[in-house]
Amino acid sequence: MRDIPHRGGPVNPSAATLAARFPQGVLRHDVTWGDTTVYIRAESARAIITWLRDDAGERYDYLVDVTAVEHRDALRPLEMVWHLRSLPYRRFLRLKAELDPAGPLVVPSITAVYGSADWLEREVFDMFGIRFEGHPDLRRILMWESYAEGHPLRKDFPLRGRFSRAEQLSQSLAANPEARYSMEELSVADAFHELPEEMKRRILADRRTEGA
Amino acid sequence: MGLSVQPTRGGNVTTIDPPSQEGWVTTRLEFLVNWARANSLWPMPFGTACCAIEFMATAASRFDLARFGMERMSFSPRQADVLICAGRVPFKLAPVIRRIYQQMPQPKWVISMGACASTGGMFDNYAVVQGIDTIIPVDVYVPGCPPRPEALMHGIMMLQKKVMAERSTSKQYEEITIDPTSKLYIPPSRIDELAEPFGNSIHQTRSAP
Amino acid sequence: MATTRRTMEVALSTPTLGPRGAVRQAPLAVGPKGEVLPPDLPLGEEPELGGDHMLINIGPQHPATHGVLRLVLELDGETVVRCIPHVGYLHCGFEKIGEYRQYNQIIPWTDREDYLNSMGNNISFALGAERLFGVEITPRCTVLRVIAMELSRIISHLVWLGTTAIDIGAFTPFLWTFQERETVYNLWEAWVGARLTTSATRIGGMAADLPAGWTDGLRAFLRSLPKTLDESDRMLTRNGIWVGRTIGLGALNAAEALDAGLSGPLLRASGVAYDVRKDVPYLDYETYDFDVAVGTRGDVYDRYLVRMEEMRQSVRILEQALARLPDGPVNVDDPRLILPPKHKATSEMESMIHHFKLVMEGPRPPIGEVYVPTESPKGEKGYYMVSDGTSKPVRWRIRPPAFVNLSAIPRMVEGHLLSDVIAINASIDIVMGEIDR
Repeated sequence: MRDIPHRGGPVNPSAATLAARFPQGVLRHDVTWGDTTVYIRAESARAIITWLRDDAGERYDYLVDVTAVEHRDALRPLEMVWHLRSLPYRRFLRLKAELDPAGPLVVPSITAVYGSADWLEREVFDMFGIRFEGHPDLRRILMWESYAEGHPLRKDFPLRGRFSRAEQLSQSLAANPEARYSMEELSVADAFHELPEEMKRRILADRRTEGA
Repeated sequence: MGLSVQPTRGGNVTTIDPPSQEGWVTTRLEFLVNWARANSLWPMPFGTACCAIEFMATAASRFDLARFGMERMSFSPRQADVLICAGRVPFKLAPVIRRIYQQMPQPKWVISMGACASTGGMFDNYAVVQGIDTIIPVDVYVPGCPPRPEALMHGIMMLQKKVMAERSTSKQYEEITIDPTSKLYIPPSRIDELAEPFGNSIHQTRSAP
Repeated sequence: MATTRRTMEVALSTPTLGPRGAVRQAPLAVGPKGEVLPPDLPLGEEPELGGDHMLINIGPQHPATHGVLRLVLELDGETVVRCIPHVGYLHCGFEKIGEYRQYNQIIPWTDREDYLNSMGNNISFALGAERLFGVEITPRCTVLRVIAMELSRIISHLVWLGTTAIDIGAFTPFLWTFQERETVYNLWEAWVGARLTTSATRIGGMAADLPAGWTDGLRAFLRSLPKTLDESDRMLTRNGIWVGRTIGLGALNAAEALDAGLSGPLLRASGVAYDVRKDVPYLDYETYDFDVAVGTRGDVYDRYLVRMEEMRQSVRILEQALARLPDGPVNVDDPRLILPPKHKATSEMESMIHHFKLVMEGPRPPIGEVYVPTESPKGEKGYYMVSDGTSKPVRWRIRPPAFVNLSAIPRMVEGHLLSDVIAINASIDIVMGEIDR
């Protein structure tokens, strides 16, 4: 399309300025099908993305997407991907951080930088199990909160799930998401004292086992 | 029939046999009730995905559900006759559809609209219920992805025939109890084995080329 | 009867922050008997009879949530104090299944996720996949795809118009808009065989070329649609009830909208003139003459005006596309991508081998990754695809505009009334199939 080469081609100028500004945080970059990808260290993600949003020469004011990629080859790292767009300068940048798929999957959260990262990071947590440090409310968003089969988009998660169909059905019927209000919802609505005893006990018990 | 007239020497003797009187009056009453029900089935559109759009198109002016008496959509299950499950039902939604079905007063029927509601459709994965008949009893299945409005109307007319064929003596509302000793019983693990993909379909669950 | 306000201290995981990062207030003072003391108020004012806040659950089954969305609202009377949306009730594992399907087999999946814009999704995906393959489509295919995308935009906005009108109380536009959609459904059916789930593109081209007389049908539609739009316009745009129910609702200014990651008509109604067709052009959109509607206030009324104007601009684009539709092949001439015609596949060895490989294994792109954004009726839509050289993607990511748009609903509805929640939700134009995937 429009003679966009597979590899090589014009590089997004942000790659060079990033490498100059964060020499430890930025590892390398490459250009694939016209998009520049900058590989960064996971721990410097928030600093880099904040700078990209605030710097007058970069102005990446729009977070397009937050996602992750796990490769079929188990030796390749799990990649955390951020897509950023600069509307004033009309640029698109892909940031990637490589994580060890067998190690702890922790990445700084960028909800303080972009409000849209809230739900996007929750989805990455739900689907991949990557935890975001500093996220105000990290819990599952697409699957129900007590979903026990794991994180669906990991490559070791089979397509049809880990449990049998019968077991999946009985677990989902028992899960009943509407019967559980999160503690945040109940506390401010002050409805906790009106709940039946059994539900109060269950909610308090869940607090110890729920993630985040 | 309940009434029989026998000619005898002194005239006709008319005898009435009450036990066999499930004849004239009750059949007329049943017919009336069934006719009223069939022609004013108030649907509860449990619309989730693309089939819901086709359901809306069926209710709109070109295909018009109002001629079936079904234009009054009841979004409260308490006032609905037929639950039309239009769209795929993931496991997270399973308890919801069961509760909605339980909230409907009898008589109630269920139309499973589309391939996803009937069998899980193209979504043979971790997230989707493989047919709502694993959760609630279904009366009519309408295949299609999505079914055309004409197909849905055909399904509705099948349901109307089923409603017309109901008799007060027909056992419809009994609890289904599973009898493990029955010859028809298949344990769930065996069902899972039978439900595994086979033949060419095994490629559909393999990610590696 | 004394009304007391009790607060229960709960150990939240982030005790200094409430949900969404707001700083929590200090609790009220407690009296000797454990009752909460009312705050000191100046003379002459009665203390507020603070009842407890109500927790209302809307959905997931509810007529006004446009799919299976669950909103938990904390109400102070009729006013929404807080809104917590719950999604995932239509999560069907699209992205997981994308890793188990060949690229052409993924196309029917793109129909089903944003099912109101199925042609547009087919084309978005094909554009991304074609860049991943390094394929350039034919001129005829380019113009056909513009036609399909704009028609898809129109029918998606027509559904939005009909359902939003119903939510706010006007039933008739629903019937008008669905009648117009039937015309387009007939066009789709004549072209690709399906009304709603079109699966119309293939990598390198389209499933089929236009049948004879199709462009006349499209011209007839382009004559009738503006009349329907005018009818709806006359009924709604200067209608006191409509304006009263939509003005000032759910307004976000440009900075808030950008931070919330909004895109599409929501972002443009807030004043940010970002339209992917103008800013990151694809399919030769830079050569078409059309305007982008941009609002000022960012409220529900502006979003309504923006979408109405978008439909009229789409009509403009369609007329230009019809005028320039060239003849020629629809599919690229690449036997490794496009199935050979049947008569060749059954008679020539080479074609039979290509057919076999394409059906059994599927076309294989080089190793790489792409993200090609397009402008869907909901916002910036793109498919991020990662290839490892095999015929099935390693990762198929759908960038869901409605998901990000919906995540901004808490800040849009807080402070509004309960019935406004319905109107604001309708104005976001959500499709749960895309949000939950």
